[in-house]
Amino acid sequence: MLDYSEKYSMEVADGTPLKKSLARSLRKEKLRALALIAPLLIFVLVTFVLPIGTMLTRSIDNSIVEEILPRTVLALEDWNEKGDELPNEMVFRSFVEDFQDAIADKNHTKIGSRLNYEVSGMSSLFRKSARKVKKWDLTDNAPIKQKLIEVNKAWGDVETWAVIKTHSVALTNGYFLNAVDMQRTPFGAQAQPENKQVLVKLFIRTLKMSLIITGMCILLGYPVAWLLANLSNRTSNLLLILVLLPFWTSLLVRTSAWKVMLQNQGVINDLLVWIGLITEGSRLEIINNQFGTIVAMTHILLPFMILPMYSVMKTIPPSYLRAAKSLGATNWTAFWRVYFPQSVPGIGAGSILVFILAIGYYITPEIVGGTDGIFISNRIAYHISSSLNWGLASALGAILLGVVLLLYWVYDKIVGIDNVKLG
Amino acid sequence: MALDETNNAFVRFDRVQKSYDGESLVVKDLNLDIPKGEFLTMLGPSGSGKTTCLMMLAGFETATHGEILLDGVSINNIPPHKRGIGMVFQNYALFPHMTVAENLSFPLEVRNMGKSEREAKVKRALDMVEMGDFGGRRPAQLSGGQQQRIALARALVFEPELVLMDEPLGALDKQLREKMQFEITRLAHNLGITVVYVTHDQTEALTMSDRVAVFNDGVIQQLARPDMLYERPDNSFVAQFIGENNTLEGTVKSLTDDTAVVELDGGLQLQCEPINVDNVGQRTRVSVRPERAELNLNNLSQDACTLTGTVQEFIYMGDIFRTRISVAGCDDFIIKTPNSPNQKRLSPGQNVKFGLNKKDCRALDP
Repeated sequence: MLDYSEKYSMEVADGTPLKKSLARSLRKEKLRALALIAPLLIFVLVTFVLPIGTMLTRSIDNSIVEEILPRTVLALEDWNEKGDELPNEMVFRSFVEDFQDAIADKNHTKIGSRLNYEVSGMSSLFRKSARKVKKWDLTDNAPIKQKLIEVNKAWGDVETWAVIKTHSVALTNGYFLNAVDMQRTPFGAQAQPENKQVLVKLFIRTLKMSLIITGMCILLGYPVAWLLANLSNRTSNLLLILVLLPFWTSLLVRTSAWKVMLQNQGVINDLLVWIGLITEGSRLEIINNQFGTIVAMTHILLPFMILPMYSVMKTIPPSYLRAAKSLGATNWTAFWRVYFPQSVPGIGAGSILVFILAIGYYITPEIVGGTDGIFISNRIAYHISSSLNWGLASALGAILLGVVLLLYWVYDKIVGIDNVKLG
Repeated sequence: MALDETNNAFVRFDRVQKSYDGESLVVKDLNLDIPKGEFLTMLGPSGSGKTTCLMMLAGFETATHGEILLDGVSINNIPPHKRGIGMVFQNYALFPHMTVAENLSFPLEVRNMGKSEREAKVKRALDMVEMGDFGGRRPAQLSGGQQQRIALARALVFEPELVLMDEPLGALDKQLREKMQFEITRLAHNLGITVVYVTHDQTEALTMSDRVAVFNDGVIQQLARPDMLYERPDNSFVAQFIGENNTLEGTVKSLTDDTAVVELDGGLQLQCEPINVDNVGQRTRVSVRPERAELNLNNLSQDACTLTGTVQEFIYMGDIFRTRISVAGCDDFIIKTPNSPNQKRLSPGQNVKFGLNKKDCRALDP
């Protein structure tokens, strides 16, 4: 059989093999298809893949120390950072040479802030020392070690040099360790001191609250989607507009509206006091905490749950429910055994959408989250714009991305991704 | 209620009316008795109210007025799941997330039947429709005909006495449809169940049913055995709707108890059965079945009339010849003749003489 197919492989009239001929005739179509998507492809590459890719490389990129202090890094190689002996004169001299070059290039503050992420005080150490070291003349071969320690006794501290050495590698896991409340030390990865451990807690809180928000959206959205799918077209269109209405108002407006509603002197509290359910002195704390974030985000993300559910439910013919009832099932059994399983793909699609949106949400927690209602994204934003520790921000972002992909994979294993339908 | 009234009726529609919008009636004053074991078909064009009647019987629509009785008990206020009526849906409505066996097991589970009993019944039902090996499949893995069988088995597995079918064969191709028609009637008669069958396909209705109720405009136009329906239609609608029909229009010239003489618009006079005519001078439509026009004038009875027409078209259809003739002001009078060795093959333009027996000409409403 194999022989046959090899010997008599299909050919078109002029003798070229059929496969080749087919590929040639399809090539033009493929090229045209490619040309059609090319603008979007380039746009996505330039504005999405590329920036995110370069941003993510910052989470491991640590070439700055080696670039600014090349001689020091080389000289420190022979020094044992685990012991309690200071580096030798050679190292100090190399460092001062590097430092002077850095000052000339105005790079010394950069290295200062980089090392400040690891040990606070480094930034000011570099800044203050720079003023004096700038004017030193190194040609006289006088001992540098003592002179530098005199400038600031931190230079006589083993730890200072240990920090420089442990963070001198070009590719570091330091940012990722920091992102999970650990640190890179001469003795390997170690836990951060207890009072600095916040990020893991924040990750867990982000996941937990995103789950709660997703659950709330399912509970609130399912009946609405069912109603939309089962009402007459006219009424359901009207309802659909109401569902979509939030999309036409600014996110900030909606979030701020929640602030007005929920704050201590806000509408809800006023109403409750007026009814007499609570007293003036015991107004509820329902904003600037987790509760406020959950309420506002559930409201904002609800349409993303309703729409996929609705489009799936729309495809379930009413005859299934009728069939179930004609077979003797009560309304509830018919719903639970026949309708609900078929609507699960809609719940899945909506949940993925809402959960992924929630886990990276920033604006709403920022406005209504207070201190215990903020998400990991708010921390990322802080490191991007305030502390300027972009490496840590990138590491946190990469972990967030990894968590989402992991959950997506788990979801695929459990529910099956082809069970997700958007309509 | 008198005993003899309910005696024969397993299903009874008693003055049932239905309106969806409060302005017009979809079903107008429906009275219908269906005895136990009967295969009754509701036949009619779409929008004639036949499906609405079925849905009212199943419990998915409520009657606006009147009562529906099942075995002498009013079921107006009984929810569908307590009626114990089996139903086969137009698109089968097999639950896609369950296997075939689970689909069949569903009605037994909701009746809290034990597992072993369930399995035995499911197996029996599957064997009954010759699908014994398909229990583990999903509905999507079955062909249309197989799905149809499973839907049938599911409607029968909990042994209902009454089974409703809503155009169950509509989605099948012709050959499969004919096979299933036979299977469904065979099963229904073997099991002794009562079947109410809705279709708009008149061949299906004629071949399957004990009786056919022809619906139009929310009213039963005629309720009769298939042969009566075809040969003795009560009115023009039924004559037109069932089978092929020739209509000759004319005016009643004279009228006695058993004969109406109709002057056709083309000038000829025709002796007819008076079915729906009351007065001399009234307009009427005479209905003649195409195969009842007799080309061999020797075969005619005494009360027959002879007409002469011009052949317009001759169509060879294999088993029959179909000849279109213009006669008495009618341009599309069809004559069907069997393809037998001595049958003449007419050619267009030729004049042809044919006769119509009085009993085959039915003077109906205009």
